[in-house]
Amino acid sequence: MIIGEQKPLEEIQGLLGDAGNVLVVGCGTCVTVCFAGGSREAQILSSSLRMSSKLNGQPQEVSDVTVQRQCEWEYLDEIEKEVAEADIILSLACGIGVQAMAKHFPDKWVIPGLNTTFLGIPSEQGVWEERCAACGDCVLGLTGGICPIARCSKSLLNGPCGGSEAGHCEVDPDIPCAWQLIYDRLTEMGKESYLLELQPPKNWQVSRDGGPRKIVREDLRLITDELES
Amino acid sequence: MSGKDNGYMVGSHLEKMLMAGHFVVTGELGPPQSADPAVIHEKAELLKGYVDAVNITDNQTAIVRMSSIGAGTLVLQDGLEPVIQMTCRDRNRLAIQADLLGAYALGLRNLLCLTGDHQIFGNHPTAKNVYDMDSLQMVQMVTDMRDKAVFECGDEFKGQTAKFLIGAAAAPFADPVPFRPLRLAKKVKAGANFIQTQLIYDVEAFAEYMEKVREMGVHENAYILAGVGPIKSPGMAKYMKKNVPGILVPDEVIDRMTEAGKEWAGKKSADLSPEEKKARSKAWREEGIQVCIDLIKEMQKIEGVAGVHVMAIEWEEAVKPIIEGAGLYPRPEVN
Repeated sequence: MIIGEQKPLEEIQGLLGDAGNVLVVGCGTCVTVCFAGGSREAQILSSSLRMSSKLNGQPQEVSDVTVQRQCEWEYLDEIEKEVAEADIILSLACGIGVQAMAKHFPDKWVIPGLNTTFLGIPSEQGVWEERCAACGDCVLGLTGGICPIARCSKSLLNGPCGGSEAGHCEVDPDIPCAWQLIYDRLTEMGKESYLLELQPPKNWQVSRDGGPRKIVREDLRLITDELES
Repeated sequence: MSGKDNGYMVGSHLEKMLMAGHFVVTGELGPPQSADPAVIHEKAELLKGYVDAVNITDNQTAIVRMSSIGAGTLVLQDGLEPVIQMTCRDRNRLAIQADLLGAYALGLRNLLCLTGDHQIFGNHPTAKNVYDMDSLQMVQMVTDMRDKAVFECGDEFKGQTAKFLIGAAAAPFADPVPFRPLRLAKKVKAGANFIQTQLIYDVEAFAEYMEKVREMGVHENAYILAGVGPIKSPGMAKYMKKNVPGILVPDEVIDRMTEAGKEWAGKKSADLSPEEKKARSKAWREEGIQVCIDLIKEMQKIEGVAGVHVMAIEWEEAVKPIIEGAGLYPRPEVN
């Protein structure tokens, strides 16, 4: 899922400026699960902003609402009334939700309350770790289900660099060395031969390097002619 | 290894020395954090005649320095043959190939392909890194540039090809240790002609590594140069043992360094006069050089070791006594 982290309050206050009527919009999916931008966080942030604006001598009206998913138009229609009453929208969704809000309510100024950090997993209670870089050409079938693109600090494809020590990456002792994990896994599974194959340079064109990506599935599209008839 | 010119692939001095079977000595020169050519010339002067070729580092430890190709060209003018280091950290496949065309046109003939230290350790930790390719993929790319006259995309060269003697690095004691000889074999399979290792202080462990390397016949397909370097103080030895991944420093080496400074034992630096500090530093450095000489002599006994790569960065003065002390001076001539 998408993992996010709330921006510092001071930064949010700076982005809000002197707007009188603020609507905080939470998102009920990924950022709820990672405790960053769900209904509970929207309520807490709203009350923090009310209190701090009062203390600053410029009280702001702050209300909150949470939709199931900010990245789908149908859920945004549900909050049309609340949005209409606000001067500014503070979205607690990931970057996708923030952009959907800005697109769906073109006459409203929408600002982000979170930093969208990565695609990851709650590895234990209160801990989230990156797992996927959405590179567009999955290599997990060669690496025992451990991603070297997202989890090796240098995204290496042909084994560990010289900075692997006692299972961790030299960049940070808290980062496990992805290639140590891959080595262990492939060895355990009797697939050491994968380690010896020379992987060619990766096609980054299907990653972000080819420009913004788009998928069109003709089999799923609604055909305009049919809709009109 | 074959080629048109008397059996040489590129005809560099380093290649000729390796092919002649001499015990080769390479050195290392770190370019300055400035645009001053004088620094390069001074360091080159200290190394000339004592090493067969000198590696010119590429933004080593991710700190911005004069480019390897720029500094290498200056070194070449001084009559010392450079080995250009090229990392995957700062350049994508377009930039690597373009820079190598320029390097060849400037007369540079030896190349060491490296993944590169992560930028987080350097002086621009907020930079975006590249890592479009890894070092193995770079080795394969430059091998194809030389032997097949094609760029990475498969397009053919339009004219003169860029031919380099291709090197790669090895970290025999980095984790996972059992994979390291296999990774070396992989690099040689990708096309590496010579290998320079991380600093070795544990000869016994390195001999074991070389045994595995020989079992695969890797030493017959590439020239392996063992990395050695002088230690300046017992503190430096302990620091490397504890903090640098992939470097094993046996207690024996630390003990030798400590013993060298025993006259000042138990005294803190703050309690020593400047003269005493200088004398202690001199004693330590002399022992550091002697340890390095002894290591080189041990390396000469290991089958499959074609030479040594002496890393005395920011202490280039040490190379002369090391090479002389190891009985490797004067360097042999090849034509």
